[in-house]
Amino acid sequence: MSNLKWRALLVVVVLIVGVVYLVPTFVSTLPPGWSKFLPKDKIRLGLDLQGGMHLILEVEADQAVSNTATRLAEDLKDAFRKEKIAFNKIDKTGKWDIEVQLPGTEQQSQIGPLVEKEFPTLKWVSAETQPEGTVKVMLTVHEKEVERVQKAAIAQGLETIRNRIDQFGVSEPDIRPQGEDRILVQLPGIQDPQRAVELIGKTAQLEFKLVAEGVSPQDVKSGKAPAGTKIYPMKHTDRTTRQRTESQIVLNDRTLMSGEYITNAQVEIDRQHSSSYVALDFDAQGAKLFEKITEANVKKQLAIVLDGVVYSAPVIQETIGGGKATITGSFTDQEARDLAIVLRAGALPAPVKILEQRTVGPSLGADSINKGVLASIVGGIGTILFMLIYYRFGGVVADLALALNVLLVLAGMAAFGFTLTLPGIAGIALTIGMAVDANVLIYERIREELRLGKTPRAALETGYDRATLTILDANVTTIIAALVLLQFGTGPVRGFAVTLTVGLAANMFTAIFVTRVIFDYLLVQRRIKTLSI
Amino acid sequence: MELIKPGINLNFVGMRYKAFLASVVVLLIGLAAFYLKGLNMGVDFAGGTLLQVKFSQPTNPDAIREALKEEAANSTIQQVGSKENNEYLIRTDAMPSELQALSQKFDRDLAKAFGEGKATVLRVEMVGPKVGEDLRQKALKAMYYALLFIAIYISGRFEFKWVTSAVMGGVLMVGIYFMEALQTNVTYLVVAALCVTLVLCWILKLPYALGALVSLVHDILITIGIFIIFDKEFTIEVFAALLTLAGYSLNDTIIVYDRIRENRNKDRKQKFDVMVNDAINQTLSRTLLTSTCVLFVLLCLFFLGGAVIHDFTFAMLIGIITGTYSSVFVASPILIIYEDLTKKGLKPKRA
Repeated sequence: MSNLKWRALLVVVVLIVGVVYLVPTFVSTLPPGWSKFLPKDKIRLGLDLQGGMHLILEVEADQAVSNTATRLAEDLKDAFRKEKIAFNKIDKTGKWDIEVQLPGTEQQSQIGPLVEKEFPTLKWVSAETQPEGTVKVMLTVHEKEVERVQKAAIAQGLETIRNRIDQFGVSEPDIRPQGEDRILVQLPGIQDPQRAVELIGKTAQLEFKLVAEGVSPQDVKSGKAPAGTKIYPMKHTDRTTRQRTESQIVLNDRTLMSGEYITNAQVEIDRQHSSSYVALDFDAQGAKLFEKITEANVKKQLAIVLDGVVYSAPVIQETIGGGKATITGSFTDQEARDLAIVLRAGALPAPVKILEQRTVGPSLGADSINKGVLASIVGGIGTILFMLIYYRFGGVVADLALALNVLLVLAGMAAFGFTLTLPGIAGIALTIGMAVDANVLIYERIREELRLGKTPRAALETGYDRATLTILDANVTTIIAALVLLQFGTGPVRGFAVTLTVGLAANMFTAIFVTRVIFDYLLVQRRIKTLSI
Repeated sequence: MELIKPGINLNFVGMRYKAFLASVVVLLIGLAAFYLKGLNMGVDFAGGTLLQVKFSQPTNPDAIREALKEEAANSTIQQVGSKENNEYLIRTDAMPSELQALSQKFDRDLAKAFGEGKATVLRVEMVGPKVGEDLRQKALKAMYYALLFIAIYISGRFEFKWVTSAVMGGVLMVGIYFMEALQTNVTYLVVAALCVTLVLCWILKLPYALGALVSLVHDILITIGIFIIFDKEFTIEVFAALLTLAGYSLNDTIIVYDRIRENRNKDRKQKFDVMVNDAINQTLSRTLLTSTCVLFVLLCLFFLGGAVIHDFTFAMLIGIITGTYSSVFVASPILIIYEDLTKKGLKPKRA
């Protein structure tokens, strides 16, 4: 019967393909040349099995818009000065509104066209004349610009985090956007989660500001900084004792230069003091800017501010050309290394907040695998023995199908790059139970038909026909539940849904199709007269 | 070998009122427990921090609590695994606020109290309140949609009412969409939608979907009830277990329904309740065999699988037992009750 031959061939082909996909997972050393023809993907283990860290970050994109508004307010001031338009005050108020105080209505008519022409990202909200004759104009960032900045912040945040992790050196990290403003980061096998969190979370906003002159220590102590200045914390580390202290320093508000011009950042060792410092390289534009700044401010103190903390405030001795600068001082070697990474990878356009963090130690992961696999094997062997005893020869056939089923599930996981998690192992164990169900259904049906006095072949035929529809119905409903889980779930739950779905699909093939081929072969080719079920 | 003798005829259907009483009693106990204790939400849904710590020397929860009193004064501490293992699960409401190095703080405090390297943190899970809320909502909705799709499938397969049930599903989904836009509380939303679905099944004459849904809800509620009674934590894995047992319980129900459908087509003069009872008896040996196999595998996972999937398998264990029970004593009798009350729904259609 050629029909049977084709079906048998299909089973053999599926078996071979399954085995081929599992080779990379179970055979670590392959003869040279083989790897060219074989698939390379191993079964990916979830973080709960191999240990590692899972983070969900929220990009506070509003902050990026707010920063844009602050910058626009500064630009407005510059533009007004250039056009010689008098103004009393320009301030960012609220989330991203800008309030402009003008001496009179004359200026109002001047700034209208200017804003329209040179600040297309700003929207005119209102203008009202105060009782004393001054005019208050409210501007806000245009909705389209808000949206653009938010989107850019998230995209750039993702890119920056990816860069940092690449340089941090994690094998097979998984970084991707999730939802509208979230980033999912998975770092398998990581040893020092805390360090990674700090590295990822650092905004790394680098700024150069001048130290305010003529501010008395009393003013600093009382927290009253003069207009146009602000008090910043400053970190020191004692070279010999490694003791850390924090003091306060007053800086001018105006940022002379920010970190966006950095092309490279490296850790270098100061042999004299045997301490690390970070050397920065600027691009051409940055080099020019830095030269201009240092030239204009010789003998003044220039503070290097990272994320609102002053790291050092050296006195500018002379004009610095050549596009190089250094951040010396207060960190350990590792801190210096991490600082160089974040500066090199660029600043986050907006701060990120950790919404979810899960860390699994590698020992727990290994322990979980061992326990999960042991439990599955014991469960599997018990089921196999039971089938053997209860259905005798039919049990042997069902057990063969069961073994093929497990093999196909694992191969499917490897082939499609699904992740195996601990609940996933439970899913496989459960599939074993469910797989038996299909054969139990068929065999019970066949027994019924045999009791009615049908010949083995007829009983087999009816049994399979009747049971197939039932199995299909039963499996489809379970698959519906599994697909909903897949849609909804995260991490381990998804892993469970995946194995369950793959398992059920494989189950329909092995329990219905493969066992039928075996029985048909025996009854048709071998002409066996009695069915041992 | 045979466990169940062929031709067995137990009167399951006759026991239906006793069974209903038993179900109602168990459900009420679960409900009472819910009111008294409330659902013990895990960090996945409630937000907070969970640590699994292994100590190199025997210790006790009070000592751990003392060591961590700074950041986790009102934590629940529970030993997991075997006694000699010295592994503890510590759960607190403390949140990963901003980038605060909470786990580092735990690490340091444990080292201070028990000595350097004496306490190893095996696992840390920190879930912010926002994510917890998100997950809770998604879980409820996922549960509901799974039930709805299953109802549609059953109506289509068993009564060829694909269009009716699809329309029902569509209307409900649009309804939920609008209610969501109006910011209705998701819990009430899903409960209301479920009630509407059941009523619609009745009105639209979809008894099979009705029976399957009622038995599903029955199994899920009983499992949750037992979870509360045993003071188990409701985590995302447990939620996965609930959905899976929904799939399994249905599996069971459908096999009996399939037989009922088949018998109905064979002999149209047979009294309906006798027909249902026959179908249950005919599939009984399969029901018991499969349930035993799955139960055995789950028991292996429960006792050998380790702490991480313990609660998950516990939920599945209860689910398999109630799922098997409900397909015999809940799902099938509902068909009879529907038939009795409407006196026409399941009667053979003319030709």
